[in-house]
Amino acid sequence: MPNLEHPAYPAADLLHLESLVPCRESQVSMLLSIFGERQQFSFPSIFIYGHTSSGKTYVMQTLLTTLQLPHVFVNCVEYFTSRLLLEEILMQLRSCSSDTEQPSPVHCDTLNDFVRLFKQAVASRELQDQTLYIVLDRAEQLREMEANILPAFLRLQELTDRNVTVVLLSEIVWELFRPNVGCFEPFTMYFPDYSIGHLQKILSQNHPPEYSADFYAAYINILLGVFYMVCRDLKELRHLAALNFAKYCEPVVRGEANERDTRKLWKNIEPHLKKAMQTVYLREISSSQWERLQHDGGEPGQLKGLSAHTHVELPYYSKFLLIAAYLASYNPVRTDKRFFLKHHGKIRKTNFMKKHEKTSNHLLGPKPFPLDRLLAILYSIVDNRVAPTANIFSQVS
Amino acid sequence: CEGIKNLMQKLMGQLMNCDIDVDSLEDEDYVPVSQNRIRCSMSSLISWYDSVTKKTDSETPSKKRNSSSRHWQSPPVVVIFKDMESFTTKVLQDFIVISSQHIHELPLVLVFGIATSPMIIHRLLPHSVSSLLCIELFQSLSCKEHLSTIIDKLLLTSRFPFKLGGKVLQVLINIFLYHDFSVQNFIKGFQLCIVEHFYSQPLSVLCCQPVDVKKRVYSLSHDQCENIRRLPSFRRYVEKQESEKQIELLTNDSFLKEETEKLLEDLHAYHENYVSILRCLHVFTSSLPKYPLGKQIRELHCACLENRVWETEDYESSLQLARMLNKTDLVTMLQQCVEILMSSSGKEFDKTVEKLKEFLTQFQNLEEASQERDVSVSSQKEVQKKTDLYHLQKTLLELKESRRSKKLTKFEMLRFEVVDYIDSLVRKYLVPADDRTLHEILYFNAATVLRGHLNAAPRTALHTALNNPHWYLKNQALKCDGGGISNKAPDICIVYKLHLECGRLINLVDWLEAFSTVVMAAEEPNADAASSDQVDDIIHARFIRAVSELELLGFIKPSKQKTDHVARLTWGGC
Repeated sequence: MPNLEHPAYPAADLLHLESLVPCRESQVSMLLSIFGERQQFSFPSIFIYGHTSSGKTYVMQTLLTTLQLPHVFVNCVEYFTSRLLLEEILMQLRSCSSDTEQPSPVHCDTLNDFVRLFKQAVASRELQDQTLYIVLDRAEQLREMEANILPAFLRLQELTDRNVTVVLLSEIVWELFRPNVGCFEPFTMYFPDYSIGHLQKILSQNHPPEYSADFYAAYINILLGVFYMVCRDLKELRHLAALNFAKYCEPVVRGEANERDTRKLWKNIEPHLKKAMQTVYLREISSSQWERLQHDGGEPGQLKGLSAHTHVELPYYSKFLLIAAYLASYNPVRTDKRFFLKHHGKIRKTNFMKKHEKTSNHLLGPKPFPLDRLLAILYSIVDNRVAPTANIFSQVS
Repeated sequence: CEGIKNLMQKLMGQLMNCDIDVDSLEDEDYVPVSQNRIRCSMSSLISWYDSVTKKTDSETPSKKRNSSSRHWQSPPVVVIFKDMESFTTKVLQDFIVISSQHIHELPLVLVFGIATSPMIIHRLLPHSVSSLLCIELFQSLSCKEHLSTIIDKLLLTSRFPFKLGGKVLQVLINIFLYHDFSVQNFIKGFQLCIVEHFYSQPLSVLCCQPVDVKKRVYSLSHDQCENIRRLPSFRRYVEKQESEKQIELLTNDSFLKEETEKLLEDLHAYHENYVSILRCLHVFTSSLPKYPLGKQIRELHCACLENRVWETEDYESSLQLARMLNKTDLVTMLQQCVEILMSSSGKEFDKTVEKLKEFLTQFQNLEEASQERDVSVSSQKEVQKKTDLYHLQKTLLELKESRRSKKLTKFEMLRFEVVDYIDSLVRKYLVPADDRTLHEILYFNAATVLRGHLNAAPRTALHTALNNPHWYLKNQALKCDGGGISNKAPDICIVYKLHLECGRLINLVDWLEAFSTVVMAAEEPNADAASSDQVDDIIHARFIRAVSELELLGFIKPSKQKTDHVARLTWGGC
């Protein structure tokens, strides 16, 4: 039963669209109603925000390509200066209209030029009065560019007097975007995170054809059960699912169990998933190493992850300098005489010390100390004589 | 690269410039554009990459593979980031995000150089970015291994005639181990040694390859022959000869030249043999427990250079341990020695090799012959029978006696022989270089000079400069005995010496008085009052200038505790 209905677009397309964007029907229908019919002017700027992997980029792209609406898609991280961004938009426009010839390099520095060239480009295209959509992904980079870029894009329809809508995609809320001098407020739309049911539905969709959908759904269920607590990112989960599926299928492949023996499959895969959580998810080892491990079936104990290499070897004097600095920063000055000289007297505890005996110096943090004290402590803790050479001083710096 | 723009510019500059040089001749359409006009964006990089790979791949038909395959159809572009920690994190993150979007069109492999620990990746890159990377770790060799390789290739080889003496090598290695694990500094120190040696030793002209020695020796002048005669090792050599030969050596230049040539050839031969036997000894001592002679060959080399190694205690203990080695270890060591000796170029070692091979065959024969049962084994069984205390004591005493006079098994005798033979080789060949004649030509021994250059002591230098200005200014007039302050010295020296006598806080007025007394001591005592005011002003000005120079150098600082006082910051000599 198609949920998306719109008189302007053919029903077959809409059905296809619906199959591509599960769990986002409400957002897509909202977008469709804003877009209206092809030639109708829509809202000048739309701002879509949501967490990572909540499907913003994917939904926009699928929507625009499936319904074949003319659009320009630009990632603001890649085109990091305003000039690059504007030129890229113009070049994409030109290349869409004339597919055969090579797009000549266009020179556009300011928004003034952009508006003018934009009008020319749109005029040369046969748009049949369709709305042109300019989609700017990772729009938070626009804030770092010149101050007039963002307000101009929000008002582009008015500035160019053409049928164009600018869609901004970002992970940050609109309140942080608003410039100080005010601007045209776009239509904000929120893409909520996927719930666990949604995740299950989406992940079960792309199952390999050799196995039945139920089998894969059970696998996804197990996977989500283990990983949902730590990770809700769809991309991560998809990656993990792809990596571990081969291991899950092993008992079936070897003939030990058939597709319905859930307990056996669970026992097989559970330690594996736990290990994956510690290694691959934390990026200790790379996924290619993980796959190699699975093939060999060897003991993963030999594989040293990134965190095993934290030990750094230091030269002799450097070690002692570090120790001396630690002592100098945590020991109060009074105790130096007692620790570092051979013949020291007793230290009488004053009232102050009795009150503050329990406070460990570690809680108060390190204290600053003069350089001479550091060197004096160093000379006393190193066994043999240390010559005060430039090498030691350069180690200090 | 302060920003992503610079990064992209540098990247494109380096990648495309290599290409422009190659292809500009063939391809007329490829217009070599200047840096400014190329848009530094990913799309131009991708189009460049396509153009390059299409040229090389035009003959081979590209097969279609499914997208999940991990093999690149065309060679990847490798970008090396030297010293990753000094990049701003934003630049790295942006670059990774950009390149991961175009990974299908432009296969990139990024190599990060990390100086601290691999966890820095997690600190520099947030999870969203590091999840785009497939990270594999590889480690280069540790710096100590690099050092051993360098020493091996430079010193323990007969390709280069220049060698380092024991103390000098120890200084360089100490700087490496104690201060910084820097191989670059070691190399610089080594270069400094070479420069010093060739600069200060006039006979270093003879330090050359053996083929050139003859020619150079015969072209020595009379002065240089005198230099040779003055070398201490040569004097020792001359004293050992008979009197006629002594006279000949000391007077006749051509005879001296012949002798020198022979001695230098001997020295070269000595060094070749030395290296081979050193490696054999290292094979034996490197696997002993507690490494009495050091684990690495450079430690053994230092020990041999400094004194006669067979007289040291470490050597004794290592021989004793060697006498307790088991058979398989011994056999492997002998085989390794045979290989080393056979690969050395001299013919000296043919006999040695034969002897070692004889030992090996004897070891093998031991295996085939039946082992003699120890007499003690049977007596062990007697002890285990039930006895009372007195009988037990008696049997144990008997056992001890029998064990002392027990005949050694064949294996043990063979082991003793092998160890003794190695010992004889060591005594013959591992003579320290200082005992050889004419070693000063090839060996550089001035360790103090080296230490002065490499391990500078700035505070000591400052103190010397200020205390004894004649050391650096080389003005004999400034030379004064310790304690006295010459009034011809520069102002800052006078002020410095005066301040050394004071305590923690120095009164400026007293200091000025003392300074003017010292400076005016040279003037006539009967200066009239009018000029004394002017002179006072000048002296005052000089004093102020000297005090501010001292403050700049860090010896004093203005104190808040008392007005008109300065606090002294350093004590002692440095």
